[in-house]
Formats: sequence, structure tokens, C-alpha cells
Amino acid sequence: MADNIPKTPKLDELEKGRWPSFVKEIKMAAQKSPMAVDLLGQLEQSYDEKIGYWKHGGIVGVMGYGGGVIGRYSNLPEKYPNISHFHTMRINQPAGWFYKTEALRKVCDIWEKHGSGLTNMHGSTGDIILLGTKTDELEPTFAELQKIDFDIGGSGSDLRTPSCCCGMARCEWACYDTMALTHDLTMHYQDELHRPAFPYKFKFKMSGCPNDCVASIARADMSVIGTWRDDIQVDPDAVREYADKGMNIESDVVDNCPAKCMSWDGKELHIDNSFCVRCMHCINVMPKALRPGKDRGATVLIGSKAPIIEGALLSSVFLPFVKVEPPYTEIKDLVDKIWDVWSEEGKNRERVGEFIQRVGLGNFLDAIELDPVPEMVAHPRENPYVFYEEYFEEDEGEEEEES
Amino acid sequence: MSDVMKDRRTDYGPPHYEQFLPPVIKENYGKWKYHEFMKPGVMVHVSETGDKLFTVRAASGRLCSVSKIRMYCDLADKYCDGYLRFTSRHNVEFLLTKEENINPLIKDLAEIGHPVGGIGNAISSIVHTQGWIHCHSAATDASGIVKCVMDELIEYFENTKLPGKLRIALACCLNMCGAVHCSDIAILGIHRRPPRIDHENLRKVCEIPNVSASCPTAAIRPATVDDNPSVEVIEERCMFCANCFTVCPAMPLNDPLNDGVSIWLGGKVSNARHEPMFSKLAIPFLPNNPPRWPEVTTAVKDIVELWAKNARRYERMGEWIERIGWPKFFKMAGIEFQKEHIDDFKFAGLTYKRSTHLTF
Repeated sequence: MADNIPKTPKLDELEKGRWPSFVKEIKMAAQKSPMAVDLLGQLEQSYDEKIGYWKHGGIVGVMGYGGGVIGRYSNLPEKYPNISHFHTMRINQPAGWFYKTEALRKVCDIWEKHGSGLTNMHGSTGDIILLGTKTDELEPTFAELQKIDFDIGGSGSDLRTPSCCCGMARCEWACYDTMALTHDLTMHYQDELHRPAFPYKFKFKMSGCPNDCVASIARADMSVIGTWRDDIQVDPDAVREYADKGMNIESDVVDNCPAKCMSWDGKELHIDNSFCVRCMHCINVMPKALRPGKDRGATVLIGSKAPIIEGALLSSVFLPFVKVEPPYTEIKDLVDKIWDVWSEEGKNRERVGEFIQRVGLGNFLDAIELDPVPEMVAHPRENPYVFYEEYFEEDEGEEEEES
Repeated sequence: MSDVMKDRRTDYGPPHYEQFLPPVIKENYGKWKYHEFMKPGVMVHVSETGDKLFTVRAASGRLCSVSKIRMYCDLADKYCDGYLRFTSRHNVEFLLTKEENINPLIKDLAEIGHPVGGIGNAISSIVHTQGWIHCHSAATDASGIVKCVMDELIEYFENTKLPGKLRIALACCLNMCGAVHCSDIAILGIHRRPPRIDHENLRKVCEIPNVSASCPTAAIRPATVDDNPSVEVIEERCMFCANCFTVCPAMPLNDPLNDGVSIWLGGKVSNARHEPMFSKLAIPFLPNNPPRWPEVTTAVKDIVELWAKNARRYERMGEWIERIGWPKFFKMAGIEFQKEHIDDFKFAGLTYKRSTHLTF
């Protein structure tokens, strides 16, 4: 196989430098896979001609599943026959991306046998990405994955593979068990994950604290971000220790507080927790001295997405605070109500955030039977064009009030 | 097929994470008390029980061959009792209970070409998309630019000398599979030529009403061209989002003469200090210049170093620019402000300067 590796003078330039080289990875795979050999050839041509040579998708998959496989075909199949098909399989990662090497090696063996030997660890949504194989290999690959208990993830207009930060497994800031919730939702909504039936994609991302390490507020239709309601836990001795070791508590901590709710008198840190916005900055810089409170849960936000179609959105608050405990009834009830309304009324390829923009948050809240609270808006409306839905008629009642 | 269908299972979901957690994590799940930064790329988490867990974070190119994953596994077997994890930014993390294993592991990682870092006030690995390796709508390559930019910036991955965290992301088109829209620095592939319509085949591969409906600016309408039912594009309304191409392969926008890269700044997702914010356009267009994209790498490096030199401690890119104001930023960065910088889509008016708070 190594003899067939094409000359790639442009790509070879990307083997230089200290950052890990993806070209070296493709070349490693090309030692065993003819697909990786042709990938090198086609990619070099792209580098020469400054254009990609992949055809627009195509519907391929495994029996019984409507998503999880991304069809991909080369535009130059005569020249690069081994990548005439080069489909991607999305494999649902274990929550938190923890692995035992034994399991990971089995995935590698399967992919070396049935695919290009190339992967992404991981894709943007969180799946293990098995990058590139032929249509004929999809079922055999899935058959082997079944034996090692790895299932397929989401794609298309379905629930996308939920993902989360490492949460309580390795973070003292986790305000709820992100991995448990992620696994539970993933199992509870297997049908929605595998059979596209929505207007468009829907993503869950679970972050254990407001630092939001999985970017849920920017990337998830439902963002579950850990927070707390009571007071920040303070170890005054540890605060003084930070000060003694050279931290400038005034400029590094107090001045950076967005709520201006803390002060430092040289000996003690005072926090007015009733004004704390749970931003995490003070906790981030003094992890030994400060910790989130004990009454922990999450804020649930809805609707973020990248620009396609109507413009990028950040998620906005729906549930300011919810306890996150099995069986997660409050969260699942909200999910089910949102899906009901959006599935019924949403337009083709309209994300839930865009749907809410179109119908209005107030109307959407009515439809899902959630009461409006001031935490849901940055500020109340500035424009006076209010849609009142009812008015009094002169002959209706004794008390006529038209104002 | 019958072999395949025999004993077939569906909807069994991912493996339960618990079986992949090292004993030290199982025993201290939810009991972690605090963590400390030890040195670049290394931190220790300390439990209420007194147990310690050391994490070594190494860079990865995201595209991993199975041979490389096996090398990771070999190291995890050697130093971590066979456990490892990956991060949301494609780094690989080794979880150790023996402090004395840290340096030998770092040495072994260096030998297979994987630098350690990305923790604290540093750049972490660049979240990115597939580019020319696997995508039909890419306006640029993803892995190539990432490799070139990180080759330039690697010292900021391996050290913590930046004022705050720096998160760079790259998406090779506006679909933004890499969700770059809230990054300190976003590198975004863009098209600049309206779709070229394959009138002969369009009706065979696309549904015309869907194609019309896909356009956010209503620039596409049904038309008969050379007796073929097809569509026409009002070119002055096209802002090159490629949404039509997503629903209709007969409308490609890819074009070597006009495709390239734009640079966006100042987004963040963390709630720390400033609320999360979108990235804003700094450089409308840079050419695709493979294999090393010198214009892009220089532009990114200059911006990183300008921020590093001028920002206050902990101040992210967007917080710094917000404090000094965009006019000052453009001046300091030597970037010419032009028409393309001004928004003209929905809510554009909210981005106009509506006060006299100006610096001179």
C-alpha cells in the first residue's frame, strides 16, 4: 500500500511545524487503507485548485435508522475510485468522552477493517466520527458496533446526539450530574435520535456550571447550565492565602465582578449574594477559597443556533432554576411540550429558536403553558405596539372600561 | 444481509459512561473540592476524601487515524491504568493517580508529536470543521488553516502568558458546523459569488418551491430557462449563505476565484464576567492561499499579540475591545474599516452606534 501513496508536495508542507499534523494522520491511515490513499490524492488536488471535490450528500444509512450516516461521494470517482463513496458514520459517544482503552481499541479494529481508518475524536456535536467508508460497509460496520455496545448518533432533522462536560466526574463546579442527565435523555429519546421527524435538528447540551465548557448557550436548542441559588461557599483562610501568595484581590477579583456585589477590606472578602449573578469569575480565580453554593441545580435556556437560516441566536432563559434529579420530570415535560408545538407549527428547516422569533416568545410560552417571568428577558419591551388579544365590547357588560 | 440482520439490535444507545470511569473518579464522583494549575497542560483535582487526580492535556489535530488512537491507548495503558478522555475542544486528556508519571507521559507524548498545554490563560485546540477533507460546501480547508495557525501560536498553547483564555474556532462555511459565532477569534470560510445554476438538471434533483423558500432574502424565484423549469437568482440580493445549495445540489457556490476566509472577534460562551456574546467582523476577506495560508496566519497572530499586549488580566478579546471601543481597535490593529463591516441583515440597527461615547 505504501508504494501507492501519491506525491503530495503541497500537503507535505503541512507535515512541517510542531502542531500535530492531520496530513501525517492520513498518511498513517494510507499505510493500510486505499481510501486514505485516494483521499490524499483528492485533497492535494483541492490544494492545487482551491476547491473541494465532494458531491452534495445523498441518503444512505443502516436499516431501521433515519440518521447517523452522512452520505458523501467524490466528484472525481474515476480518478479516485476508492473514495467514490466516502460516507461518515456518527457514533454516539459515552457521556463526558471517557473511555477505557479496551473499548477504544475495539472501535479502532472495526474501523480499520471496514472504513478508512480515519476518525474525528470528536465531531462538533460530540459523536465519535468514523470518517469515510463505502455504502456496502455500513451494515457490516454497524453489526460489529452492536457487538461492542456502541450505537449510532443523530443527523438530519432529528434529535442530535446529546453531549455534556465532564461534570461531577472531574469538576468541583458541577452543579448537577451532567453525565447522568445526558445519558438519561439520550436513552429516553432514542426514537427521536434515530428517526428524523422534526422540522429541523434539535440539540441538547449539558454544562455543569456557567463557564459552559460545552458552549451550550451558543450551540444547543436546549441548554442546561448548572447554577446555584444560595450563597457562594467561602473559606476565608484560603482567600487570605491567595492574597498572601500575591493575588491582588481588589483588581483580580473584586473589580472584575459584573454585579459589583463584593468588597475586600484587606482581610476578608464580603459578598452580597443577593446581587450575585453567578458568573463564576471569582470562583474561577480562587478555586481553593470559593465554591458554588450548596443549593444547586440548573438554568434551562432555549433556542441557540448558528446563522443558517435566519441568523445566529444565543439561547434564552426558560426555567431560571430547576433541580436536576432523576427522573428529570420537569425537564422532560418542557422538552415534550416544546417538541409538540414546534413539530406541529414549525416550518421545514426552522430551528426552534427561529420558530420562537417568528411567533414571538409570549405566544410560544402560551402554547407550552409556561408563565412569563422577568428572568426570561434582558429588559421588557421598548416598543408600544402591544398585541392585546381581547377587548371589551360596549354591549357586553355593565362596566365599560375603554382606556 | 441475513447474517447482518440476525441478532440485530437497535436503539440501545451509547455505552454507559460509568464503565469507562477510572476507580479514582468513581470513588470521588461529585466529591471534588478544588483544583490547582500545576504547570502548562497539567492540573490536579483534590477530593474531599484527600484523593488526587492529575490531568495531562495534549493537543490533537482532531483528525485522528486509528493508529494514533492506539498510541494514545498505549500511553493510557502505561500510565493511567487504561483510562483516558477527550475534551470538547478535541484535546486528549490522560488521567493519572501517580504524580511521578506526569513527566514521563509528557516526554512520551512529545515523542509522538503531541504538545501538552491548553489549560488556564492559554489557547486551547481550535474547534473546526471538515473542509476539503470531507465537505461539499466548504469555502476553504479547515484542518490546513488550523495546522498553520497553531504552528504559529503554539507557544501560547504551551504556556500561560496570555491575559486570559483564548478560544479560536474555524468553520469552512456559514453553516458553521464548528459553531464559531461565539469565539474570541473565529475564522470563517466565505463564498462571494452567487450560485451557478445548472438549469438542465435542477428540476431533476431539487424541488423548486423548497429552493425558493430556502433563501433568507427571497432572492430566488421560479423561472423557465431554455424550456427547463428552473429558478433565477436576483444576484444583488444574494449574501452567499449557500442555504440554497444545502437544499439543491444544482446551485453550487464553490468558486476558487472568489472563495476565501473572514476573521471575526470577541465572542465568548462563558458567563464569567461579561455575558456570552457573538463574534464580530474584523477582517471581511482574506484569500485562500494553500498550503500555508500566510495572510490568515499573520492576521490571526497579529490580533492575538495585540490583545496580549494591551488587555488587562483575565480580559477576553471581546471584553478588551468593548472597553477600548471598536474604532480604537481598528486603529490599533491597522485594519481598514469598510462597508462590509456594517450589518445589513435583521436587527442591523441595533449594531449602529447610538450614543456619543466615542474616544479620539
